[in-house]
Amino acid sequence: MGYPHKSHDREAAVLSKHFGEKEAITLDGWKKRGGYTALKKALDMTPADIVNIVKESGLRGRGGAGFPTGIKWSFMKPGDGKPHYLCCNADESEPGTFKDREIMRWTPHALIEGCAVGSYAIGAETCYIYIRGEFTECIKTVEAGLKECYAAGILGTNAMGTGKTINIYVHRGAGAYICGEETAMMNSIEGRRGNPRIKPPFPAVSGVFAQPTTINNVETLAAVPHILNNGAAWYKQWMRPDNPKSTGTKLYSVCGNIQKPGNYEVAMGFPFKDFLYDLCGGPLPGRKFKAIIPGGISVPIQTVAEAEASLMDYEGFVANGTMLGSGGVIIIDDAQNLVKQIARAARFFAHESCAQCTQCREGTAWTTKILERIVAGEGTHEDLDTLLDIGEQMTGKTICVLSDSCAVPVSSGIQKFRADFEALIKKKKVYPVPAVA
Amino acid sequence: MSVAHGEHEAYQPIFTAGSARRKELDDVLSRYPTKMAALLPALWMVQHEHGWVSDDGMAEVADALELTPAYVKGVVTFYTMYHQHPVGRHFIQVCTTSPCNVCGAEAVVDSFLKHTGCQELGQTSPDGRFTVIEVECLGACGFATPIMINEDFIESVTPETVPEILAGLK
Repeated sequence: MGYPHKSHDREAAVLSKHFGEKEAITLDGWKKRGGYTALKKALDMTPADIVNIVKESGLRGRGGAGFPTGIKWSFMKPGDGKPHYLCCNADESEPGTFKDREIMRWTPHALIEGCAVGSYAIGAETCYIYIRGEFTECIKTVEAGLKECYAAGILGTNAMGTGKTINIYVHRGAGAYICGEETAMMNSIEGRRGNPRIKPPFPAVSGVFAQPTTINNVETLAAVPHILNNGAAWYKQWMRPDNPKSTGTKLYSVCGNIQKPGNYEVAMGFPFKDFLYDLCGGPLPGRKFKAIIPGGISVPIQTVAEAEASLMDYEGFVANGTMLGSGGVIIIDDAQNLVKQIARAARFFAHESCAQCTQCREGTAWTTKILERIVAGEGTHEDLDTLLDIGEQMTGKTICVLSDSCAVPVSSGIQKFRADFEALIKKKKVYPVPAVA
Repeated sequence: MSVAHGEHEAYQPIFTAGSARRKELDDVLSRYPTKMAALLPALWMVQHEHGWVSDDGMAEVADALELTPAYVKGVVTFYTMYHQHPVGRHFIQVCTTSPCNVCGAEAVVDSFLKHTGCQELGQTSPDGRFTVIEVECLGACGFATPIMINEDFIESVTPETVPEILAGLK
């Protein structure tokens, strides 16, 4: 069910089933809806068995990268004598994405249960839920949920009476997009500036506090209890018959110039065209879609025809030249100045660059300056080549992918909507050149 | 958030022995294997008490966590949500990143500037009540335009609803 709208019969509401129900926010309400049965079950299993079920289900990371969750968990070696940590990435900051927010607002216990199961599965006694500083409502709801769990003996040094220790804490961010990058997040938890770290070492070897760490997205962890309760085969009912690499349901956040913005949950492989027109109601009256970004602002921008041909799963979007990313669908219609919006996206990245890599610090700033100059009617045709060149220099050369993320909407925008850029450049003001005496 | 203290008032420490904030900090410290990890939470406490994070505030946090003031300042300057100057009693952040921008967020910013009497972005209104800034993606794009006023999140703001929102503030 895609809050704030009523559920559409073509949705597959698993994670979003109880969005909008106030009772589901509380521990009692959540238990009535089957809450904490998966944790109970998990604590009776061996961690290895849990990891195997998650592997078998095909669940992949929902934060953007799509790494198989079970395999990620299996990197955490049991019995190495070191403290293990689970970090839940709730720093949802990718423009266009607001799905984790709804999970935390409406079903905080779904996340807490997922964190508890995940912690046990990777041998961690401590889990930090890193919530971005602006999500004050989510912080309050999740903290209230944790308080209920400690009081009920679900968490703590004797979790559900099993003698096992599971502690979960909220760590509040303070306004930095880059802290959604996993190594920057770990630095932020440690009380440092949120600069990404060079990998290797990977977090499973040396993560937060230099100990083995797993980082999972909110939506990924919230899906785990359902998989434990219903089995891996149940989760795999949602996939294309010809693509077993993407399984389960996915939450999409839809925003921009569209009839019904909001969250929608559909099966992997759902046709994007039906999604845009049938579920989300199509364009606003009298307007037409112009450009569509299907997975948060960091993925390649698409023409309407390209987007409409996509199937909504990891491989389906890649086959059409873009990515599933975080599932933040941004719609820009024909009433907008597309170049201005691409410039605005670049400004976002320039603002959020942590500035430790030269290509990113300089690249995001110069890209923004050039684009804003074009929007102001001061651009030249050489500017487009310069932007593409800068974009190339910003890709694959930095510690993290923020730099690449800035280049993507700009380069793909110029490639696919060059006429829009040229139209602005043609309007360029011509200044009279004073005659030389 | 309490009223922003002026820069000339003497700093009131918050982590004095036996104080509520000291207790809160001790509780936070028990969650992490290092003292440094309590830095972000401690800075939040300073901002909640004083409305902003002054050099004195940073020095107090540095002392409590056995860090240097310079290190603390380095962290404060990285994160946009810590105020390094006093701000208006109502700190208004309007999201204008692309998804909200295409839905008319810039008109919401103009409406706030007009109705609060703030001359421009980042400036505090002459009566000290308001500061308006543009913020990068608040993560509520489907509810354009979202804004934050101090710790409160308001969704689906339009230029027309701005006066009503402001009327509800002291």
